[in-house]
Amino acid sequence: MSKSIALKVTGLNVHYKDFQALWNVSLETQEGEITSVIGANGSGKSTLLSTVSGVLSPTAGTIDFFGEKIDGLPPHETVARGLSMVPEGRRIFPRLTVYENLLMGSYSPRSRAKRNRALEKILDLFPVLKVRHYQMGNTLSGGEQQMLAIGRALMSEPKLVLCDEISLGLAPVIIKGIYKELKRINEEGITIVLVEQDIKRSLKAAGYAYVLLQGKVVLEGKPSSLNEEEVKKAYFGV
Amino acid sequence: MEDLLQPILNGVLLGGLYAIIAIGLSTIMGIVKIMNFAHGDLMILSSYLCLVFVTWLGLSPYWSFFVVVPLMYCIGYFYQWFLLNRVLGKATDPPLIVAFGVSIMIQNILLLFFTPDARTLMTNLGMKTISLTPHLKIPVNYLSDFLIGLVVIFFLYCFFQKSYLGRAIRAAADDEIAAKLMGVNTRRIYAHAMGISILTAAIAGVLVGMTFTFYPYTGSTYLFIAFGVAIIAGLGSMKGTFVAGIILAVAQLFGGHFLGPGYQVVSGHIILLIILLLKPKGIFGTV
Repeated sequence: MSKSIALKVTGLNVHYKDFQALWNVSLETQEGEITSVIGANGSGKSTLLSTVSGVLSPTAGTIDFFGEKIDGLPPHETVARGLSMVPEGRRIFPRLTVYENLLMGSYSPRSRAKRNRALEKILDLFPVLKVRHYQMGNTLSGGEQQMLAIGRALMSEPKLVLCDEISLGLAPVIIKGIYKELKRINEEGITIVLVEQDIKRSLKAAGYAYVLLQGKVVLEGKPSSLNEEEVKKAYFGV
Repeated sequence: MEDLLQPILNGVLLGGLYAIIAIGLSTIMGIVKIMNFAHGDLMILSSYLCLVFVTWLGLSPYWSFFVVVPLMYCIGYFYQWFLLNRVLGKATDPPLIVAFGVSIMIQNILLLFFTPDARTLMTNLGMKTISLTPHLKIPVNYLSDFLIGLVVIFFLYCFFQKSYLGRAIRAAADDEIAAKLMGVNTRRIYAHAMGISILTAAIAGVLVGMTFTFYPYTGSTYLFIAFGVAIIAGLGSMKGTFVAGIILAVAQLFGGHFLGPGYQVVSGHIILLIILLLKPKGIFGTV
């Protein structure tokens, strides 16, 4: 089976006013794969995801999504094309119920019609959300909120999900569970891009990895071929 | 006791009108997080538009209602889209200045076209009352204001709870970035929200026109009423807005009843201050 390239980023530069956050970043994700982007705090990982999803605009470079140019498109356009994001810090709508949070995930006209099927699938994946159905978003625990954030991202029936720091601030046992579900989601054919500080866990899950340091890609390769010393050096820049 | 019942009854009924005056302002404060200084003037603009339809086209106030209200929705939409969206997110004061400017413009345009004379929308309800007891009468126009207020707020509540657009407006108010990531075009959502806000203002404007007299400058008086109600209620609570409208109206009429008509407005403000002292977030407020 020949696989196409899901996401292709070429020569990406991103600025916050005078500060340049990304320098000539290029990366590629195969369809159906889990790709991991690791790096320390402030290395530009979140900036990269925000630019791909359209919250930020690049100053140079291109982003192709299944062969279509998407750089500079606003988020509602990228979502409509099948790109979805689990944002850093989860960003659950605090005064919407769990159910309403999930429905917001299917806001895009493309996914509204199929929302019941998607909802069923997600409640099957995360049964705890079924129990919490009518609770407000801000009454959930951190782990439940993370599950809700992932579920909400899946409600649009995306082709690719960007996950920003999904293990941040969670207990190891919960992280383990969430990664297990991520694998299941991936096995259904959804391409995943993981951004993490937790090197070990994300390298274990990924088929290909990139290491960012101060806004530049300093190392890339299959996790099995990367040696630990090298990764550490690239991660900390020493 | 008997003579207390009349101001209470009038106050409760008037409270329904105050609630529609305030609901749009409170919604916009809670969602787009701007203070729309032109809310009262857009409301009075609707009263004048209604007057134009009544006198020029010979429509009855009720029919012109159905023309003015959708028209004002469009005006609200474009007001947000072309003016406020451009200055949004840069700092907190530019939207205030734009809204203030629009307020001044509307007042002066009305003054230019309609002169400062007092106007009213004549209806056949004007002076009618329903007598409950020999001393207690229900003014029919107050009663219809109250009922329409109740219906409008009920529909608004359902809209915000049940529709995709309403939910998206609430989501954008909670977390703008997350709403964008869900595929919500927040700029368009804000324009719809303002359209809905001004739609309620238009309903309020027509009702006010049928109940009281109005001048080009009356908008600011109602802006303060709307602001008072929104603050007593706490932002974003619909039931709260209704109750707060009643509280403010009863307070005003009590002041008028005991201290004389000159004390109406000030007694309303005293209640506002007392409530703010006891509950700084408003009675039903969460933010």
